[in-house]
Amino acid sequence: MKNIYILTIVAALAAPLGSAFAGDITGKITLKGTPPKERDITPLKDDANCGKFHSTMPTTRFFVVGAGGELADAVVYLQGVSGKSTGAAAAPAVMDQKNCEYVPQIFAVQTGQKLSVKNSDPVLHNVHVQPTAAGNKEDNKAQMAGSADLILSFDKPELFMKFKCDVHPWMFAWVSVFDHPYFAVSGKDGTFKIANVPAGKYTLEVAHRKAGTTKQEIEVKDGEPTKVELSLEVK
Amino acid sequence: MNPSISREYSGPLHGFALLTALATLALIVVGGLVTSHGVGMSVPDWPNTNGYNMFQFPVSQWVGGILYEHSHRLVASFVGLLTTVLAVWFWVRETRGRNRWLGVCAITAVILLMGVRLMPVYIALAALTVPMAAFGFIRALQNPGSLRWLGVVALAAVILQGVLGGLRVVWIKDQLGVFHATLAQLFFVLTCALALLTSRWWLRNFTTEGPSLLLPVIPLPIRRLLVFSTFLILAQLILGATMRHQHAGLAIPDFPLAYGRILPDTSPEAVAVYNQRRLEITSVNPITGMQIWLQIGHRALALGILAAVTLSFLAARKTLGKTHPIRRLALAWLGLICVQVMLGAWTIWSNKAADIATLHVLTGALSLAVGGIVTVIAIRNRDTEVVVAGSQCLAVDENQKRQSSAAFRFFSPLRVRASSRRLPPQREFLSP
Repeated sequence: MKNIYILTIVAALAAPLGSAFAGDITGKITLKGTPPKERDITPLKDDANCGKFHSTMPTTRFFVVGAGGELADAVVYLQGVSGKSTGAAAAPAVMDQKNCEYVPQIFAVQTGQKLSVKNSDPVLHNVHVQPTAAGNKEDNKAQMAGSADLILSFDKPELFMKFKCDVHPWMFAWVSVFDHPYFAVSGKDGTFKIANVPAGKYTLEVAHRKAGTTKQEIEVKDGEPTKVELSLEVK
Repeated sequence: MNPSISREYSGPLHGFALLTALATLALIVVGGLVTSHGVGMSVPDWPNTNGYNMFQFPVSQWVGGILYEHSHRLVASFVGLLTTVLAVWFWVRETRGRNRWLGVCAITAVILLMGVRLMPVYIALAALTVPMAAFGFIRALQNPGSLRWLGVVALAAVILQGVLGGLRVVWIKDQLGVFHATLAQLFFVLTCALALLTSRWWLRNFTTEGPSLLLPVIPLPIRRLLVFSTFLILAQLILGATMRHQHAGLAIPDFPLAYGRILPDTSPEAVAVYNQRRLEITSVNPITGMQIWLQIGHRALALGILAAVTLSFLAARKTLGKTHPIRRLALAWLGLICVQVMLGAWTIWSNKAADIATLHVLTGALSLAVGGIVTVIAIRNRDTEVVVAGSQCLAVDENQKRQSSAAFRFFSPLRVRASSRRLPPQREFLSP
């Protein structure tokens, strides 16, 4: 019993040491310029099975921009880092098909990490994965209403791998795959956080499905948060 | 003449051939809807449908894109059935004794193998259909006036088409969709030709060797123009199929200009801007510069086809009489092409609305079929000998003699033999 107490104290003291030579990268992504107007997803509203899930006309969500230009759904990641995936041990990521839309529509996972695809709708969907990176396999599976989750994983890094439902062609999602854990997706307020990045100099890249990419050289210092502000521009 | 080939008109046979052609056209329309809606992969398995036998798939699950894809498979099965019956009908009609039973057994064996429903068997059958079709075509040329070998070609084509469609889904290969679409158009032309060759009109006009005694021959320059125009349309259909199976939506969103210019900027920077500004409702692929040039090529070829078919009509009007079928068909052909050009523009203006795009596919198929029919009639109705007609002595075009081709001999009901024959006076058929 005494040994357990000693071990617990030692573990509690040692935990901070694990991140003693790492820091967090936080920041905000903004969009300059006026994005194109989002379009009504008329086929969704008109669909006999899916239309009833939406009381108002659903629209596309390519540019989710706040009042101050805060850009959501931008994928932020360290460039040039590879072979550090902890995906196999990571908790499964979850993607749902709800109201005949993918939720979330933009997210990221690690190589080897399980991705659990749910179907919460009372209708059949099919999950058609269209990778472009060699080594990631294209797949297409039907998923009946109420059926078990589809468990997927990917071996190669890839930016914006497309998921789509061929039964409901307006449904699509974009999943980025990294072979390291140093990535994040900006929220509705444009902010993001990448935790426990080992100290050192890096290139931080931001990619948005429509707004393109930009990058910045940063230096992560031990125990200090690194703040970054990046902008993408509508051409 | 091969005594076993029946030259009698059969209403039921012709009606059945016509039904097969119409069913094929309906199949092209449903297939067009599948691609226009982008739902070709909505049923991931084949030949089953989401685990069910295709013919037992519950109607309650014909939802979204599955409605189009599953309907396409059912109509395709129906066309396969019609083609099989037609092939057997031709064979039974034109053969006797052991030959007849061998042919029927061979066709039955192929159909039974299709029923085994194993992928290796399907792939083996598909591989066999190519030599089967080639053999059938050669035998058809060697047996002029016979339709049973064309029936074999049609059966081979429909089997190959079915397997191509299934493999496109199971192997998830978009590229197979282009071959599937092209073969569909060629198969439709074949079914239309079979309907023509079984028609009362054809059998009345082409009863003897050589050209028709009732219609004037078609001069070589017009024949060449008709064949050239038809091949231009086929090239355009292949280009269109390639564009559609990029699954990238409209590569150029405006017409008649392209991104506001006659020739658009296709630099990587410009294409990135086009993709950024384009907000897709469906999950289409990003545009590439190559796709933009494909569409430019499609537009340019459309103008070329319009010119070629217009010339064909003007040449037919100048050379052939008002009642000549080729002149009438050429007018209908020109009308179809004009409609097709407008539908092409409308497809773009409607942001590639599925129904408009499918109508464009349908009109393209009809344009190719009409081109095929006029080509068949023109090639069949050509002169290859020195003849004396009235007081005129018509010298044979040496070029035509050299080109007295297997294609011509095929379309003659009888084997061509050297002979002299009177032609009816030309002047009553020629326009003033």
